[in-house]
Amino acid sequence: MALDTAPTPAGQVPAQRPSTSSRLRLLGTGDGVITLVLIAFLLVASFTVEGFASTRNTGFLLLDVVVIILIALPLTLVVITGEIDLSVASTVGLTSAVMGQLWFSGLPLELILPICLLLGAVLGSVNGFLVTRLGLPSLAVTIGTLALYRGLAFVVLGDRAVADFPRSWTTWAISSIGSTGIPVVVVPLLVLVVITGVVLHATPIGRALYAMGNSEDAARFSGIGVHRTKFWLFVVTGVVSALGGIYWTLRYGSARADNAQGLELQVIAAILLGGVSIFGGSGGLIGVIAGALLLGSVRNALQLVNVPSDVLNIVTGVLLIVAVVTPQAAAWFRGRRRPRVRPATPKSAPP
Amino acid sequence: MNSFLTSRRVRGGLTGVAVAALVLATAACGGTTRGEDEGDSSGSGSSASANPDAEIPAGLKIAFLPKQLNNPYFAVADGGGEKAVGELKGEYSEVGPSEASASSQVSYINTLTQQGADVIVTSANDPNAICSALDQARSGGAKVVTFDSDTSPDCRDVFINQATAEGIAQTQIDLMADQIGGAGQVAILSATANATNQNAWIDIMKKYAADKYPDMEIVTTVYGDDEDEKSFQETQGLLQTYPELKGIISPTTVGISAAARYLSGSEYKGQVALTGLGTPNQMREFVKDGTVTAFALWNPADLGYLAAYAGAALSAGQITGAEGEKFSAGDLGDYEIGKDGEIVLGDPTVFNADNIDDFDF
Repeated sequence: MALDTAPTPAGQVPAQRPSTSSRLRLLGTGDGVITLVLIAFLLVASFTVEGFASTRNTGFLLLDVVVIILIALPLTLVVITGEIDLSVASTVGLTSAVMGQLWFSGLPLELILPICLLLGAVLGSVNGFLVTRLGLPSLAVTIGTLALYRGLAFVVLGDRAVADFPRSWTTWAISSIGSTGIPVVVVPLLVLVVITGVVLHATPIGRALYAMGNSEDAARFSGIGVHRTKFWLFVVTGVVSALGGIYWTLRYGSARADNAQGLELQVIAAILLGGVSIFGGSGGLIGVIAGALLLGSVRNALQLVNVPSDVLNIVTGVLLIVAVVTPQAAAWFRGRRRPRVRPATPKSAPP
Repeated sequence: MNSFLTSRRVRGGLTGVAVAALVLATAACGGTTRGEDEGDSSGSGSSASANPDAEIPAGLKIAFLPKQLNNPYFAVADGGGEKAVGELKGEYSEVGPSEASASSQVSYINTLTQQGADVIVTSANDPNAICSALDQARSGGAKVVTFDSDTSPDCRDVFINQATAEGIAQTQIDLMADQIGGAGQVAILSATANATNQNAWIDIMKKYAADKYPDMEIVTTVYGDDEDEKSFQETQGLLQTYPELKGIISPTTVGISAAARYLSGSEYKGQVALTGLGTPNQMREFVKDGTVTAFALWNPADLGYLAAYAGAALSAGQITGAEGEKFSAGDLGDYEIGKDGEIVLGDPTVFNADNIDDFDF
């Protein structure tokens, strides 16, 4: 459990972390389990679902989960600190709408992209300001900005769609590496995954995020700039969501205000399925990636065997509940309930 | 053989197939590349010229992908398609997202591509967002028919247009003329002031009425903004402003049902004629109680039926989607492809007390 990091001063942690204990943690927790489930599912589906194991289908599958994984990267960090950002999909929509409107009004794409990323930073900083400066709960704040940003997207673009983006850009967005079927965007995505993984699992910042999630007070007493860190996490989430909005627009070749509606739930589902606790303080990036891939693969395979979309939603929902309930139940059977809230008080007392 | 020029993706895909086949052969698991194999053979067939005498093969996989599932309009349209596919001895399937979004249609198109569908009949949630997915499906050998809502013309083979603007406009004027004896004051209750479709129809209605029914006078056009409440109030306003009013035409389903509700509860019931575009389910009670004699709308079942036949004809090579080609669509008779690969279903269906119970949408 990542819990043991909470009482430890952040600075000392990295020295002992990457040793045997981290490897044990990987196998023993949701991270490892969900990865095994993913591998097992991929094997079963390859042999039983016609058309699943082919290069073309791999490309289809990956294209469907690229944006989910992209946004899950910063959002995982946010969730680990015990916060949430529900406005990510609306940020995608607003970015897409602004991108469309700017392109429509004749600006060059090279200029539009930085503007969109800047917009993402602004949207994220609004969340960050409300949560860290005004001390409002992130759930309430981002439910608000979820509606606000989506509403603004419709103000910007209405029910129009802007679709005349240059062919070279839109085909790049869906092109694959040689004949492997793997989309080219997977490469920059992998770079971001590695960066996020290193930050989360091998730097003091990453340790600090877990510490915050376990006990904000304890983290603050250990000298961690809790508010500053969370603020910048929201900003980064905004920027990455904007990046997702840009990619979404190019991938579908169409800027619309309703782009990516409901995507936030898919991202959060992947994060929870990946073994990250919604209360913060535990979970890892590998599990999240595996969770996103598992959700995407299940959906893809069931579609291939003609399961109707309503049933698909039911399956996804059940999967998620099982994923959340199983570790809780397991802990319960072992006779120790998850010491989520209670230890916070005694542990913050000593310093 | 234009496929060499048009589609690097096909070649890339084939190399991919080879790699995948190697990998999968070692795992003793065949059949995963079926869609791609079929794709190659029928894909090259598309560049050949049309052969009107080609037989439609049995067992064509014809898939309907509506804007969303559980939408009554598309349920009826797809039902028409299922009937046609049955007549053609094909394999019918209906897939689609539970919410009408463009991106969710893409993943269903990808699935159909992967399954090796022969014909994809779809109504696009976004004219461009599903284009690249449809391109991929077509390079995989599928024929793409759009109905109700078109994509960009270069993303599909043919588009089944429910009706021409002329057909819609003239049918409504003719219905009104029938009901008021071709003479008197008529008002139009439209959707919003900038609704593209409605404005185009109203223009044609005015010209057509002036030519054909000189005694019919279109006195005004009011806008209910496709809101039930506002349409209701506008109807009330019309009857107070124009005491001599003989009839109201409402070329929008929201407007006509609101107007019917007002009329049926007022002294004007049976005195002021009402027609326009409405669905049988929303208008049934007003036809039965005598408020409305007849109204029109295209029949979505016919739309799906024609789309399935067009898809089969494409797949068999009877047509390629070029202007002037002809094919037969079962009970609906013969059709000719118009400009930009458009096929017009025909004049709207007129619903009245005699036939309204035959329809459920």
